[in-house]
Amino acid sequence: MVKTLPFEEPLVQLKTKITELKEYTSDAEVDLTKEITQLEERFTNLEKDIYHNLKPWDRVQIARHPERPTTLDYVKVLFDDFIELHGDRNFGDDEAIVGGVASFEETPITIIGHQRGKDTKENIRRNFGMPHPEGYRKALRLMKQAEKFKRPIICFIDTKGAYPGKAAEERGQSEAIARNLLEMAGLKVPIISVVIGEGGSGGALALGVANHVHMLENSTYSVISPEGAASILWKDATLAQKAAEAMRITAPNLKEEEIIEEIVPEVLGGAHKDIDTQASYLKEVLSKSLSELKTLDEEQLIDQRYNKFRKIGVFSEE
Amino acid sequence: MSIRDIFKKNKPNRKTMTSKGQHDVPEGIVTKCPECNHVMLTKDLQKNQKVCPNCQYHHKLTSQERIEDFLDEGTFESFDDHLQTVNPLNFPGYVEKVKSDMKKTGLNEAVLTGTGMLEGNKVVVAVMDSFFRMGSMGSVVGEKITRAIEKATELGVPFIIFTASGGARMQEGVISLMQMAKTSVALERHGAKGNLFISIMTHPTTGGVSASFASLGDINLAEPQALIGFAGRRVIEQTVREKLPNDFQTAEFLLAHGQLDAVVPRSDMRKTVGTLVKLHVKEAV
Repeated sequence: MVKTLPFEEPLVQLKTKITELKEYTSDAEVDLTKEITQLEERFTNLEKDIYHNLKPWDRVQIARHPERPTTLDYVKVLFDDFIELHGDRNFGDDEAIVGGVASFEETPITIIGHQRGKDTKENIRRNFGMPHPEGYRKALRLMKQAEKFKRPIICFIDTKGAYPGKAAEERGQSEAIARNLLEMAGLKVPIISVVIGEGGSGGALALGVANHVHMLENSTYSVISPEGAASILWKDATLAQKAAEAMRITAPNLKEEEIIEEIVPEVLGGAHKDIDTQASYLKEVLSKSLSELKTLDEEQLIDQRYNKFRKIGVFSEE
Repeated sequence: MSIRDIFKKNKPNRKTMTSKGQHDVPEGIVTKCPECNHVMLTKDLQKNQKVCPNCQYHHKLTSQERIEDFLDEGTFESFDDHLQTVNPLNFPGYVEKVKSDMKKTGLNEAVLTGTGMLEGNKVVVAVMDSFFRMGSMGSVVGEKITRAIEKATELGVPFIIFTASGGARMQEGVISLMQMAKTSVALERHGAKGNLFISIMTHPTTGGVSASFASLGDINLAEPQALIGFAGRRVIEQTVREKLPNDFQTAEFLLAHGQLDAVVPRSDMRKTVGTLVKLHVKEAV
């Protein structure tokens, strides 16, 4: 069964009641159809009420849902002819980032994305989607390859952050992230990045210097996790819920700040409820984005990307 | 203190000086080196570029001290001292903290930028100041650095930065994260036009600053023993559950792992960077 989230409790309770009543009527020959219809109506309303009024913390939980579709889930549905390409040609192959070539609506493209696992075994293999430097260097290698063959690049962002480990530091985690920020700025092909789950700090941004940045409705993008923010700002990690609101990390927040272009709507209750429908929503946004960017020449693409990031900042100039 | 501690030999708070003794010397006249405990006259420490004569520990410099130490005398002209930090997420007390650091440091934010001459060559410099909100990067820091880079690009002169920062400024949320991208796109443009960028990492350079412009120099230098890294030591120790070596994330550690071009002591910094700049002077067309 799909894991339920705390704010979904009332729904689960009502559903149980309805199921119980249904069972009862079939056994006891009492006609409760009217009551059941009423309850089912109430369920639909409650569902709308809950899912249309999600608080930032609810969205954080949806973004972290273990069943939430990952990069490879979307790749399977959205693209044809996907062939995964491995390795940074320098140190190794980091499976926390996947990449490859495919076609999207007949156009050859390069795909790169953070890759989480859905169970413990896969999460260990994928290092919970937290890349080492070689992951970012693989991403950069594939981006340069895309530039050479004039292929648009689509990035999926889905990470808690770059891995904070000893080996990662030794091999230059900082430099690997920084290099991607700089190199992405100069690429002569369209880049589209979509935050599909958690967009955690520099480790997320390293796939995010794009012409268009989109976010799934229940994804988050932040400088630090709500837990981290709470422990630093208020010395109390249990205040994460409060931090999630204060830090403005949801898709509607970032759209307001004009940091992202589009919010990709999610199926009611979150992307994990119906991957195929979710992929179709995503496809629509990607398709529109790509056809828009295809009209720009190399110089315009670089300028558009420059201006997009150049203007971010809030300050006063007296 | 618990009863048990009374019998311990090495009491954590044992003082080397009696409290009466401390009052004999007016504050600020002498300085004790935090590294080797060497006590010296503050005046002598200043004369030695704030480097401990006993153990070569590089004390932190304010941005003004750095400018004075580094550029040709009297050539510095600052940019953008009028930019003011606002409070985009309405964090209680944020603006007050910034204001108090403005008073303390005489800066408008955690970086000082401007033009000046280095051994006779024009350069644009940015000096981050760890005495201002730990040198953390919010909108104003990102904007000042970006404008400085753009100025260097426009003038076709080298851009030189001294980094000192705890990372992105959390109180500004995702906008502070985006300053990493903003400064990096500006550096890309600077570099694409064939201009030089030298990054000099000083203690401490971590987090988002380390993972953006600090690591992007054509030449990356660092001061001895400076702490440089992406993730904090405690975070890493908790993640990997092993003790890290003592020199972990020091400039020397980075040099040994191929992450730096050189570790340059403060006494040689002006000469070294001056020479590098001279070697990159573009011929007049």
